[in-house]
Amino acid sequence: MASLVGSRVERKEDKRFLTGKGRYTADINLANQTYAIFVRSPHARASINKLNIDKALKSSGVVSILTGKEIADDKIGGLIAGWAIRSEDGTEMKCPGNPPLAKDNVNFVGDPVAVVIAESLAEAKEAAEKVEVDYKVLKAVTSTADAMNGDTIHEGIDKNLCFDWLLGDRQKVKEAFDKADKVISIDIINNRLIPNAMEPRACVADYNAASEEITLYTTSQNPHLSRLIMSAFGNVAPEHKLRVVAPDVGGGFGSKINVYNEDIVCSWAAKKINRAIKWVAERSESFLTDIHGRDHVTHAELAVTKDGKFLGFKNETIANLGAYARVFGTVTPTYLFGPCATGVYEIPAAYTNVKAVYTNTAPVDAYRGAGRPEATYTIERLVEKASMELGIDKTELRIKNFPTVFPFKQTLVHTVDSGDYVAGMEKAKQMADYKGFEARRKESEAKGKLRGIGVTSYFEACGIAPSAAVMSLGCGVGLWESAEVRFNPTGQVTVYTGSHSHGQSHQTTFAQIAADELGVPIENIDIVHGDTDKGTFGMGTYGSRSLAVGGIAIVNACKKIVEKGKRVTAKMLEANPEDVEFKDGEFIVSKSNKKKTIGEVAFACYLPGVRDEMKSPLPEGDEPGLKETSFYDPSNFSFPAGTHIAEVEIDPETGNVKLEKYTACDDFGRIINPMVVEGQVHGGLAQGIGQALYENAEYDETGQLMTGSYMDYTMPRADNFPEFNIGYTCTHATTNPLGVKGCGEAGAIAAPPTVMNAVIDALGGQEVTMPATAEKVWKACKNLKKSNAKAA
Amino acid sequence: MKDFNYHSAKDSKEASKLASSSSAFLAGGMTTIPSMKLGLATYKDLIDIKNIKKLSGIKVSGKSVTIGAATKHVEVSNSKDVKKAIPSLSSLAEGIGDPQVRNRGTIGGSIANNDPSADYPSACIALNATIHTNERKIEAAKFFKGMFETALKKGELIEAIEFQIPEKSSYQKHPNPASRYAIVGVYVAKHKGDVNVAVTGAKSCVYNDKEMSKALAGNFSSSSIDGMDLDSSEMNSDMHASADFRASLVVTQAKKAVDAC
Repeated sequence: MASLVGSRVERKEDKRFLTGKGRYTADINLANQTYAIFVRSPHARASINKLNIDKALKSSGVVSILTGKEIADDKIGGLIAGWAIRSEDGTEMKCPGNPPLAKDNVNFVGDPVAVVIAESLAEAKEAAEKVEVDYKVLKAVTSTADAMNGDTIHEGIDKNLCFDWLLGDRQKVKEAFDKADKVISIDIINNRLIPNAMEPRACVADYNAASEEITLYTTSQNPHLSRLIMSAFGNVAPEHKLRVVAPDVGGGFGSKINVYNEDIVCSWAAKKINRAIKWVAERSESFLTDIHGRDHVTHAELAVTKDGKFLGFKNETIANLGAYARVFGTVTPTYLFGPCATGVYEIPAAYTNVKAVYTNTAPVDAYRGAGRPEATYTIERLVEKASMELGIDKTELRIKNFPTVFPFKQTLVHTVDSGDYVAGMEKAKQMADYKGFEARRKESEAKGKLRGIGVTSYFEACGIAPSAAVMSLGCGVGLWESAEVRFNPTGQVTVYTGSHSHGQSHQTTFAQIAADELGVPIENIDIVHGDTDKGTFGMGTYGSRSLAVGGIAIVNACKKIVEKGKRVTAKMLEANPEDVEFKDGEFIVSKSNKKKTIGEVAFACYLPGVRDEMKSPLPEGDEPGLKETSFYDPSNFSFPAGTHIAEVEIDPETGNVKLEKYTACDDFGRIINPMVVEGQVHGGLAQGIGQALYENAEYDETGQLMTGSYMDYTMPRADNFPEFNIGYTCTHATTNPLGVKGCGEAGAIAAPPTVMNAVIDALGGQEVTMPATAEKVWKACKNLKKSNAKAA
Repeated sequence: MKDFNYHSAKDSKEASKLASSSSAFLAGGMTTIPSMKLGLATYKDLIDIKNIKKLSGIKVSGKSVTIGAATKHVEVSNSKDVKKAIPSLSSLAEGIGDPQVRNRGTIGGSIANNDPSADYPSACIALNATIHTNERKIEAAKFFKGMFETALKKGELIEAIEFQIPEKSSYQKHPNPASRYAIVGVYVAKHKGDVNVAVTGAKSCVYNDKEMSKALAGNFSSSSIDGMDLDSSEMNSDMHASADFRASLVVTQAKKAVDAC
C-alpha cells in the first residue's frame, strides 16, 4: 500500500464547505430559543453612575435583561490570563478583574455592561437601545508608548504596568557591547492588527433543567480548554454539567482561543431563564471586541564586529495588553517573544526586557504567530540595517551568523533539535534569482521606479507543548494533546482528537496519518473533534501545535492498537506475539504464510465469545474491544525555519508599493499533505504582507476605534499579491516520531520583515513604519529625492 | 434597522408621487441599505425604482452616450457600445467597489448620493453630462452642489445621464486601499476646443480644476501640468491621506490621465 503521508490527498472537508453543508454556530437553531444583544460601552474609559433598565424591560418581546450586578451576585467569575509572568524584580504580574459584564467601570469601547434577551433579534436590538447607562467619562489611555505616564486605569496597578519582565543577562550584554566595533540600533513599532476571521464569533447556549446540563455551541479553537476555564474560573457549571461544542469554525488565527464575555454570559443566562439563547456578533462587534494582535514599541540594538560577527543583542519593548490580560495575553509578549528575539543567529549575549502595559483599548492576545512575528521583525530589521551599515551583502551577513551544528543551544531558552539554515538560504536565493536583482533594479529605474529586495531568515518555536517547560514558565495548564482511536467491529476507524480544525484540514491530514499507521483506507477513517462530549480532553489548536502534538498522539494511539492487534493475532494463529509483524494492514506470523487483516482482528476483538470450535481470540489480560487512547506530551517545542525573499517596486510619485515577487523557502520537517501546507503558507503570507503594507488598527486619543469597518481597515485582497514562489528544505524534527515541525504561522512571522526590508531597501535605507502606506512611502521618496539632490 | 414600507414603482410618475420627506428612492441600495443598517438613516418609505424599465439601458448616438439611471455598473463596464464610444467611462465603472457592488450599484444612485469620493461624479463633470430627471435637464456643472448635496428636489428622480463623447479621455484613480473609493480620482477629457480636469475625492465635492484645464487646453501634454503646486487648503485630510498628499496626487493622476489619453 502506497504511503499517504507526503501526498496531495484531496481535502475531505471540501465537499461540505464548497456545497454549503458546513454547520457553523450561527447555523444552529434550537427550539424556543431567544436572542441576545449586548449593551456595550461607547466610551473607552468611564465609571458607571447608574444603569436603568426599566424602559427597556417594557419593550416588546423582552425576556430578561441582566447586568453586571446580577453576574456579580451569582458569583460568576471573570475572564483570566492563563500565564503568570514574574517581573525582573521577582514580583507577580498585576491583573485587574475582568467581569463578563462590567459593573462599576468600563475600560474599552465595546466592553459589555448588560445583555438584553428577547424573543426575536429585532426586539432584542430595539430594547437594547432603551437601556440607559449614565457614564462618567474619564480620560482614556490609548498610546502604547505613553501608557506608563497616563492616568491609572485599574486601581492598584501603578503606571498601568502589568509586569516588567527580563529574559537574559544584562551584564553579559554590557560586556559584549563594550567589545563591539559597531552598534546598530533601531526603533520600531509593531502595528496593531485585528484578526478578522471570516466567521464572526457566535454562541448558542442551552440549558436542560432535568439533567442540569448546559450545552454551549461556540466559535472556539479549543472547546475542552474553554470548558475548563468556564468551569474552574467562571463558575458557570461543574465540568461534567457543561458541554462545549465548537462545530465548523470559520477561521480563528488566535482570536478564538479565549473564552469571551458572551460565552460566559449566555451560558449563565440560559440557566437563569431556562431557555436557549443565541448570540451572533455583527462585524462591527468583531472589530471592537475580538482580541487584537501585536502592538509593540521596541528599541533594539545589535553589537557587531567590523567583519559582521554578532556579539550581543538587546531588546527593550513596551507591549500593549489592551484593557485586560486575557488567556495568552501575558505569554505572547514574553515567552513566545523573548526566546525568539535573537532570531536564527548565534549571538553569545542577549536580553529582552518587556514592559506590558494596560490601555483603554481592546484586549491584545495571541494572533497568528503570537510574539514570534514581533521578535522576527525586530531582529530581521536590525540585521538588514547592519548589512547596510557594514556594507556586507545581506545574505552573506546572515550566513556568517547562522549556527551550523545541531542541536543548537540558542542563547536565551531553546535547544533547536534540527535545521539547515545555510541550505535554506541558498535555495531561497536560487528560487528568487537573487543574483539577477541588480538587472531588475536597473529596469525599474529606467521606468522611474524604485526597486528593493528584502530578505528574512527566521526560526520559530511552535508545536507549543512540553508541559514541563510551559508550566515552569508560568502556564496554568499542561499543553499535551490527546487522541483516541476506535475501531468499529466492522473495521472502520474513528479518531477522536483534542485538536480543533478551523481551516487547518485536520480531517484530511490526520486521516492520512492514521491510514498509514493502521493500513486502513482513508475513506474508512473519520476524524472527530470539537465536542467535549466526544473524545477525551484536549488542549486545542494554536501555536502550530495540532500536527506536532495532536498528530503524534494519534500516531501513538495507533501504535497501541497495533500492539494489541499483534497479541490478538498471536492468540488466534497460535503463535508468539513477538513473531507477529504488522505491515500495510496485515498481521503476519513471520516465516509462515499465516496472517490476519486488521479488519479481521478488530472484528475478533468485539466477538470474543466461545461457540462450537470458535475460541476467544483475546489473550489473558486483554479486554474486549479495540480502542486506544494516548496523551502525548513532547520533550521539546518544534522549530520550523526558513528564508523568505521579497521584491517591491515603488512609484515615487504616488508612493504605491507593488509587491513584485515573493519567495518562501521553509523547513517544516516532514510534510504530510503538500497541498494543505501550501494553503497554510499562502494564508500566513497574506496576513504577514497585510501587516507590512495594509492592515492597521488605529484608535484616536479618546479611545474610539478609527478603523472599525472594512471601509477603513484594509484587508489585503488577492490582487495585492503576486504569485507566491514556494519551496522547501526538509530536516526532520528529531523530537517526534513523524519528524514534523508545524507550518501554520511561518508566513505571518516571516513576511512582515521580508516585505519591509525590501521597501526600505528601495528607499535607500530610510525607515518607514508598518503598514507602508502610499503616503508614508511618498514622503520618504520626497526625502530621498532631496538628499540625492544634495549629494549631487 | 427600523421597520419601513417597501414600494415598487412601475414608472417615474408613481415613484415621484410616493415620495415624501421621509422616503428614499431605492435602486442598488449600496449606500442606503448600509446607512439604514447602521442606524445612520431611517426612512418611512423605500421606493424601489429598479423595476421601472425606462430607467435601464444604454443608448449611443453620434455625439453622446445616454445611460439610464438604474443601469448597473457592471452593465456600463461590459457594454461594447460604451467601450467603443468612451472607453474611459467603461473602465471607470469597472473600477468601482467590488464585484458585489458593481452587480447591484447603479449610476443614478451614485450621482444622486454625490459621495465626495465616488467615481461617477467626475465623469459627469469631465464629459459635460446632462442629468435628465422626471422634471428637467440639469447640466452636471450645476448639479453637484456640495458634500452629499445635489440640485435634486424632493421627489425628483434621475432618469438618465447623457455624456458628451470627447475626442479623448482617461480616468485615473488612487484608490483608498480599504474601500477602493477614490482618495483622488482625476477624469481628464479633451473636447473640441476645451479640456476638463474633473477631480473627485480631493475636496468636499467633485470639481473641475480650472488651472489644469487651462494649461492642458493650451498644450495637451502632461508636461504642461508637471510640477504644478496646487493649493491644498480646501483639500480633505483624513487618516488615509493628508491634504498635501491629495494635492500631489491630483497632479500625478492628472498627468497619468493625460498620458493615457
